[in-house]
Amino acid sequence: MAEEHASPNYWMIWLYLFILTVVEIAVIFMPMARILIVVSLIALALAKATLVATYFMHLRFEPRTLALIAATPLFLGALLVFILLPDHSAVPHKTTGVAQPAAVEKR
Amino acid sequence: MSQVASMHSTVESTESPLTPESWGKLGMWIFLVGDAMGFGTLLAGYGAMRYGSADWPNPYQYLGINLTAFMTFLLICSSVTMVKGLEAIKNRDRGMAKMYLLLTAIGGAWFLGCQAYEWTKLVHEGLKVWGNPWGASLFGTTFFIITGFHGLHVTGGVIYLFVMLFLVSNPATVLGPGWAYNVVEISGLYWHFVDLVWIMVFTFVYLL
Repeated sequence: MAEEHASPNYWMIWLYLFILTVVEIAVIFMPMARILIVVSLIALALAKATLVATYFMHLRFEPRTLALIAATPLFLGALLVFILLPDHSAVPHKTTGVAQPAAVEKR
Repeated sequence: MSQVASMHSTVESTESPLTPESWGKLGMWIFLVGDAMGFGTLLAGYGAMRYGSADWPNPYQYLGINLTAFMTFLLICSSVTMVKGLEAIKNRDRGMAKMYLLLTAIGGAWFLGCQAYEWTKLVHEGLKVWGNPWGASLFGTTFFIITGFHGLHVTGGVIYLFVMLFLVSNPATVLGPGWAYNVVEISGLYWHFVDLVWIMVFTFVYLL
């Protein structure tokens, strides 16, 4: 191997991932504003993904450039979301609320 | 032609940039970045369709997250056994390496079993690719396409892992830091990526 590094404590990473998953499931049942739930879930998912990429995929021990390359899809994906969103802000039902009764009745 | 090739070999470095261990590792990283873009597009498309829909069903109410939470747990565990197996190869411990790789493959196969059960159950409850009893028909379409695309990756990963298991089981394969370590490390990158994508799918398709 090119470089020797002390291998991280993988069981600790496992424990972090496990705890974060439990927190994620707890979050969806919390009486919070929808936007808060969405933001916390995305933040938790990103934290988990970062743990996997950093330690399991050894990005921590690779050149910084490789980590930057690995992060590009995340950046482009986020960009894509913002490109797609404006298309839907003009959809009539979002403003008139016509579909609301149907959603309630289905309950 | 051969003249050109020999000229190049003297001028160019034969070592892969970024991943001095092997070209294969760089190749896998590039493949994974492209694959991640594929999943990113699927998830962004999912977000757009959901945002543009008035009667999108509440996912965790209909999909059930107990089983999928367990599936998340399975993939996290199989990621740990993967790195442990790699560590065993580095330490030239063939027995442990075989055991950990087998456990990783079993974790993946178990995940697929759970997914087959989940799909069957949901189809019986009325979730179809073209519609469902609870609201927007795209709910079913996006669900099956995204989880199906991920499931195919897991299937490929399990086959890949069994190949690695055969490689490591072969007494002729020299363990320790070297070729075998590098080859299994590359398969590990793919496997962890499948885990990473599931983390995203679990959050966006099941929890949000």
